[in-house]
Amino acid sequence: MTLFFKFNFNLLCQKILDEVLTDQGINYKVIAFGEIEVLEKLSKQRQQELQQALEAYHIEVVENQKSILVQKIKDTIIDMVFNEDTTVNVKSSVYLADALGHSYGYLSNLFSEVTYTSIEHFIILQKIEHAKQLIIKEDLSLTEIAFRLNYSSVAHLSTQFKNTTGITPSAFQRIIAKRREFNQNNN
Amino acid sequence: MQEDYINIALADDDEDDRMFFTDAFEDLKIKSKVNTFNDGVYLMDYLNSEDALLPNVLFLDLNMPRKSGLECLKEIKQNPKFKDIAIAIYSTSASEEDIENTFVQGANIYIKKPSDFKTLKKVLSDVVTINWQYHTNNMNKDNFLLRF
Repeated sequence: MTLFFKFNFNLLCQKILDEVLTDQGINYKVIAFGEIEVLEKLSKQRQQELQQALEAYHIEVVENQKSILVQKIKDTIIDMVFNEDTTVNVKSSVYLADALGHSYGYLSNLFSEVTYTSIEHFIILQKIEHAKQLIIKEDLSLTEIAFRLNYSSVAHLSTQFKNTTGITPSAFQRIIAKRREFNQNNN
Repeated sequence: MQEDYINIALADDDEDDRMFFTDAFEDLKIKSKVNTFNDGVYLMDYLNSEDALLPNVLFLDLNMPRKSGLECLKEIKQNPKFKDIAIAIYSTSASEEDIENTFVQGANIYIKKPSDFKTLKKVLSDVVTINWQYHTNNMNKDNFLLRF
């Protein structure tokens, strides 16, 4: 006896997806074919488990192209700010455009759309983050930190620090020191 | 895979403040889920329950009956389960010393409750945007201090 089959591929794929997701205990909602909304937070580990479970069916979770480029922008900025071997002699907009091969206008729009913040603001946030680390970990004066982070003056660094965090660099230093003491006394 | 919303919780015994707070999040670009609690006891009961969805940012009013914001802060800081929650103190007013003290005890953000709705929206939007950066970029939360 020979049997002939007719498949409904859309339904078939959806059913497989259904089974795997339910099997993983994931709470979700179907948005469209090949697109679902996960209704809970998935830890990195659970995301990996899901990907592994889907691999058996050769189903891949597609990373969004836009998010990949945004991640590259972020990596480039973080390298630019934190890696002192990376010297940037041009404006950061020119540097980013060159490094990533897109116009700055394009990068900037995309970045704002995906991250809800501007590239300029992200750079400042990272620079202040670097300043915080230097304040805490190394025994550097603000003058030295301003120099290492390419600020024109200590005043400029202090102002930007205060505008970004709402507190002055010295208050930050004092709070972190007190917090360490507080945590030691409580453990 | 992208997480596309931020979980917010607020503990405040003032009904109007809770309402303004929830309304302020409605127009925000970042999608959020806001949970409110009438005091510190309700909040801690929820956080300690097994199926609690832990917030990314928790706003604590300082003066609440039954359990104050400061007491909640202490309990939260002592439990490793809550280490990823950013804590924002959300209070009417306090002395410089009190403010610094909340930071020392582990708060990340201090917000003096704004007197008008427009400022409230701006401040909450800034807090959530910056917190979103910490959250999505694995930045060091120990250094996360912010004051409005």
